[in-house]
Amino acid sequence: MIMNLSEIKLENLIGAVAAKRASGYRFVTITCSDLGDAFDLLYHFDKELKLETLRVRLPKGAELPSISAEYFAALLVENEIKDLFGIAVAGMLLDYQGRFLLPEDAPRNPWRRPSGDADPGAAPRKEGSDHE
Amino acid sequence: MSRITVIPFGPQHPVLPEPIQLRLELKDEKVVSALPVVGYVHRGLEKLVETKDYLQTVYITERVCGICSFIHSVAYCQGIETIMGVEVPPRARYLRVIWSETHRLHSHLLWFGLLADSFGFENLFMQIWRAREAVLDLQEATAGARVILGTCCVGGVRRDIDQTGRDLTLATLDKLEQDIKKIANPILKDYGVQQRTVGIGRISRELTYERGAVGPTARAAGIAQDLRQTGYAAYGELDFQPVVETAGDCYARLQVRVREMNQSIELIRRALERMPASPISVPVKGNPDGETVSRVEQPRGEVIYYLRGNGGKNLARMRIRTPTFANIPALLAMLPGAELANVPVITLSIDPCISCTER
Repeated sequence: MIMNLSEIKLENLIGAVAAKRASGYRFVTITCSDLGDAFDLLYHFDKELKLETLRVRLPKGAELPSISAEYFAALLVENEIKDLFGIAVAGMLLDYQGRFLLPEDAPRNPWRRPSGDADPGAAPRKEGSDHE
Repeated sequence: MSRITVIPFGPQHPVLPEPIQLRLELKDEKVVSALPVVGYVHRGLEKLVETKDYLQTVYITERVCGICSFIHSVAYCQGIETIMGVEVPPRARYLRVIWSETHRLHSHLLWFGLLADSFGFENLFMQIWRAREAVLDLQEATAGARVILGTCCVGGVRRDIDQTGRDLTLATLDKLEQDIKKIANPILKDYGVQQRTVGIGRISRELTYERGAVGPTARAAGIAQDLRQTGYAAYGELDFQPVVETAGDCYARLQVRVREMNQSIELIRRALERMPASPISVPVKGNPDGETVSRVEQPRGEVIYYLRGNGGKNLARMRIRTPTFANIPALLAMLPGAELANVPVITLSIDPCISCTER
């Protein structure tokens, strides 16, 4: 369970992030998970050691608006998400073109899963399979 | 007429223990802007976790970083314990503090030595690293390994510190305290060091906060924030107060780390004194089902773990945001206006850990 979690719609993301900035929150990071048919994005903010999180569901193929105009620090993690998951992030202050964390010869979007793929961990794996 | 020149600083550079490149745009000798280039040591550890059971993942988290390895395992175990509702015995919480602080000590000493080396003080570099050796030896004596301890586990810790270990720890800390005093005072008062650090790489409190900086980088700019204030492990019982300076320059970042070394020594003493008798771990059954965010204070600042389990042996997702990742945007704000000759010291002043950053 994540404390202080608010679920918001994608179209409200920029407004909600701007409100966090106006209220004096520090940007912490963005967590992205590939759920198969959609991405789960968690935007973490901190104020006086209290962590608050915004949850956004991004359908596969949809574009994610960048928050780097609000929080410059977000551009690194947005580039990382673009590299690893192949999410198109619109309006980043600096775009590494999918080569921020990955070198030129690395496969594109290695952590992106096919639509409909089961969430890893959902199906319990064979007991002790890694110890054999 | 001056023109813009682009100089690649790194990925291999004498002051950089790990590979990162800063593409510096210079006008004459002054930095106009800097662009970070990473990706030299990305290992995909977050993805590897999906193929390992959650108990094995403790060992992966320890290998995220070769300097603050134990604290990574504390962050991870704490998160899993929250998801599974496991209550860690009190003695284990204190032992986690003790080894977290020995890690902070040897990490800051490692950085301190590299800083001395960057100034050309090779003898001082060797003296500082000799002092660091005592901390590594202490970790070996109490935990069984010098850097990657393998003592933290879901449900507690694997090793206890007995009376002999306690006496050894206190004796090592007494000697270390004297060594730090002998080493730190001359370097803090040295004219050359002050010329190279006071007012250099300055960043305001407001900009530091806006850029999301953490740890000594943030505290040196007057931001009194340290995750240990939240009281995780046993910090809530050790009268912890963060070390804060206000100048926001390289010298302030040096001061914060020197004071934090002394603070770590004091925290370990208090932990040894107040550590209650109890078991050091509890058995854990089942698999994690749920999600959480776990945060702890590394030597370089806040590390955040997002963990999600779906009831299987393997985690569905683990995400780590390390402190250097958070401090790079602040570094980019420190560099413009700096002389090229000061770039190595400014870069070192955030204590960059690139293996952590790229995971």
